[in-house]
Amino acid sequence: MTGLSPTLFWLMVAGYVTAASGLLMPTARLTRITGAIGAIAGGAAGLSLACATLWTGESLTLAAPGMIQAAGGLALHLDRLGAIFLAIISGVAIPVGLYGGAYSASYEGRYSTRWMALNVGAFLISMSLVTAAASAFTFVLCWELMALSSFFLVITEHEREESVSAALWYLAMTHAGLLALLAAFYLLGSGGADGSFAALRAGAAQLPPGTRHAIFLLALAGFGSKAGIVPLHVWLPRAHPAAPSHVSALMSAVMVKLGIYGLLRVGLDLLGGGPAWWGTVVILCGAVTALTGVLYALVEDDLKRLLAYSTIENIGLVLLGVGAGFLFRSLGQPEAATLAFAAALLHAVNHAAFKGALFLSAGSILHATGTRDMNRLGGLVTRAPWTAAVFLVSAMSIAALPPLNGFVSEWLLFQAFLSGVAHSQASIAGLLTIGVGALALTGGLAAATFVKAFGISCLAIPRSPEAEHAHESPRLMRAGMLLMAAYCPLLAVFTIPVLATIIGALAEVPGLPAVPAAFHAGLTLHTSNGVAAMSPVAIMAVLAGTLVIVWMFVRVIAGRPARIGDTWGCGRIGQTPRMEYTSSAFAEPLRRVFSQLYRPAADTAVGVARPESPYYIQSMAYRTQLHPWFQRAIYEPLIAAVERAAAWTRRLQSGSVNAYVGYIVLALVVLLIVVMGF
Amino acid sequence: MDVTGIVCEAAQAVLGLALAPGVVGLIRRVKARLQNRRGAPVWQPYAELRKLFGKDMVVSPNASWVFRAAPFVVFGSTLVVYLLVPAFITPLPLNAAADLFALVYLLLLGTFALALGGLDPGSAFGGMGSSREMTIAALSEPAIALAMLSLALGAGSTNLGEIAARTIANPLAALSAGHVFAFAALFIVMLAETGRLPVDNPATHLELTMIHEAMTLEYSGPCLALIEWASWLKLTVFFTLAANLFLPWGLATSLTPAGLAIAAVTTVAKLGVLAVAVAVIETRIAKLRLFRVPELLAVSFVLGLLAVTSSFSVR
Repeated sequence: MTGLSPTLFWLMVAGYVTAASGLLMPTARLTRITGAIGAIAGGAAGLSLACATLWTGESLTLAAPGMIQAAGGLALHLDRLGAIFLAIISGVAIPVGLYGGAYSASYEGRYSTRWMALNVGAFLISMSLVTAAASAFTFVLCWELMALSSFFLVITEHEREESVSAALWYLAMTHAGLLALLAAFYLLGSGGADGSFAALRAGAAQLPPGTRHAIFLLALAGFGSKAGIVPLHVWLPRAHPAAPSHVSALMSAVMVKLGIYGLLRVGLDLLGGGPAWWGTVVILCGAVTALTGVLYALVEDDLKRLLAYSTIENIGLVLLGVGAGFLFRSLGQPEAATLAFAAALLHAVNHAAFKGALFLSAGSILHATGTRDMNRLGGLVTRAPWTAAVFLVSAMSIAALPPLNGFVSEWLLFQAFLSGVAHSQASIAGLLTIGVGALALTGGLAAATFVKAFGISCLAIPRSPEAEHAHESPRLMRAGMLLMAAYCPLLAVFTIPVLATIIGALAEVPGLPAVPAAFHAGLTLHTSNGVAAMSPVAIMAVLAGTLVIVWMFVRVIAGRPARIGDTWGCGRIGQTPRMEYTSSAFAEPLRRVFSQLYRPAADTAVGVARPESPYYIQSMAYRTQLHPWFQRAIYEPLIAAVERAAAWTRRLQSGSVNAYVGYIVLALVVLLIVVMGF
Repeated sequence: MDVTGIVCEAAQAVLGLALAPGVVGLIRRVKARLQNRRGAPVWQPYAELRKLFGKDMVVSPNASWVFRAAPFVVFGSTLVVYLLVPAFITPLPLNAAADLFALVYLLLLGTFALALGGLDPGSAFGGMGSSREMTIAALSEPAIALAMLSLALGAGSTNLGEIAARTIANPLAALSAGHVFAFAALFIVMLAETGRLPVDNPATHLELTMIHEAMTLEYSGPCLALIEWASWLKLTVFFTLAANLFLPWGLATSLTPAGLAIAAVTTVAKLGVLAVAVAVIETRIAKLRLFRVPELLAVSFVLGLLAVTSSFSVR
């Protein structure tokens, strides 16, 4: 298959360029069609390329030293680790392409769909090239292209203030992250190596420990801000809801994973791992991120922002696995390290599937009702049944319910932590126990969040006229959603081959052995600890069999048709949507339990009928708001400081031309002195 | 899995379904006697099931397929959990899938389905019940996880067969601090998850004090029978786990008639003891306010943490 990889690579590039060429199409309909076909073709080619690399072990190498020669030229090398992430990108691109073909029609006439098509194509191609980048320059170039194209996509609805503000936050945070990345790569190359990853890898061993620690922390900050680590996550809940839904799916399902890819590439591959505190820091970041993400998702009323916070939570879970992997590797437990990294990567793959499906169904709900506010939704399970079904399946997956794929990766994370606890010293075991507690709490809170999300949005009575007149989405959108949702049970059934592929990819990294896992009908892991076994296929089969038997039993015994009767109302006369539970009400008990963390602001205004007596109450208004405290504590002072500095430097702009000429003369004199000095 | 395996699992399922109403009947009878009442006979729950299966179902016009499917998912998932628990024999034919975390998450599947079924008819009581139930389920997860971690540390695996086998092989381990703390943590979580006092009163008629009952207010007829049976089976599952993971002697390790008879008698006896214990606790302790329940679950979490620490230091 030696010749096939370059062919597939160029096919992928061609596909995404076709998607981007929607810019040049004469009609909006052609733009949509080329966009869809390009994304699907590029995605299919990319997926085949990734699978070919993973299964045959051949890496694709392409070099173009002539391009941008001053910076060392472009170099691409797709190894197995990158191929996993390329598979995620391409796998998500196919349903998103299908879906976007119909969804972008709702932007026609108001905003430029040609520009959107160009940016989607550029986004897909830059993400794919990031996974294959083999030199620092190529990596940073593609990273920045990815950031810019997604910025333009977030700001698509530029007439809405919310979108503009979200895009600006995103732009600022991604460039702050880029600065950290540039610093990290600069320090990596400070040993005299040229920019290629091979040279950096060889040179990293000779770097002094202080530099290595600095590189790791800078990489954690830079890649972490892209992935969504708390407190660098503030752009995520703004940008992901503001973008068009198929783009939100791409950003949430795929782009944040590239942050994880970068961390693994720099920390694990280039630097080759480090001392125990690296892993500890990542585990702590992961635990805080996971808990913060799920706690804020729980109290959110905006459906897409809830999903964005849930992405933050899942990135926290992936980081728990990555951190455990770094920790075990530095403690000399290579098998546990492989297990931990494999669990993290499997969770990344699974998360791409169910988060993509969730965002696509949220987009379908937005398309049908025009609102994202869950307090105005309801009753969609009868009005938009396919959307509701996709939402349900992906909500069950993300809540880690067996036998779907989310459960498998959470189980694997638990097993990874467990295998580490038994063999470690007390302090490490304590850290890992806290990790297990955080993992369990996040799982429980995520289940509560998604009961709320699905139950309030889709079940019961519609809470507003928009929800009452909701309709199902067009065929193409339905096809995209169903394909993405189909990934969830498929990934559960084919867990074993997927996990085997991931472990094989990790085995390429020196120091990570292949975990001896027996894959028969079930998944049996033989760790140094003991035996752990789980079988999603068996559970699926037994559950399905039991359901069928029970259903037949009930049909035989009590197969009478049901009568229709009003919901029990405790004596009330009619039933209106105001009597149902709302999304804020559902989360209220947990909000009260965690009120010290949320610190909600509440305001009660009581209107009195007669000013002389406070007992004749005429009206009452209760308002409550939840401001994420890190914004108040960290970002607002930072922004205020930057504005103060900017206001101070504005004094240089006096408006007088003589002053500007004077600045030019001063700069020339200084430059002449510097040049003559050297 | 061969024919013997299928027969064993089917027999275990039938026995479990047959015992579950009896366990709850015993709890109610003992509670009644402790409260100086005569109480209904122990087989009253069986009569209730028979009555409900004979009745018609009344369904709200707002309910969708989710409402109709939820009882089957709850019943099916609880039954699958019972099939994985070492109730009479160990190791089970399905031992390859009998993992403690799989069990917990399968029970969570049942809770998820029931919570959605409570929200579907659009009543305020259903929403309230779902909201409270998910709160308690979410907050009890860390406690369960730590209790399981301590058991797994002792046995080296989260597989149920392995845990039971290690305790059988090493009887003194059953009295170790780790085991005792884990048992206490699991007991508190059991009271929370199965809706017993002091977390939830299963016999209340006041909708505003209900948690589990509020979600099932709209169900009637055979669907209500399935849900009630599933909740009794869930209680039996927890009792069986508490009995056979911490005190597994009596479990049949081979399929001999004598072994099976001993296993049946000892398991029923252990279930009886636990039922009486729960009945005594329910009579002695008043129901907690909803916002005091997280404190109880925090106590359970701390007990779990102590269990892990003790198991870790003696491994």
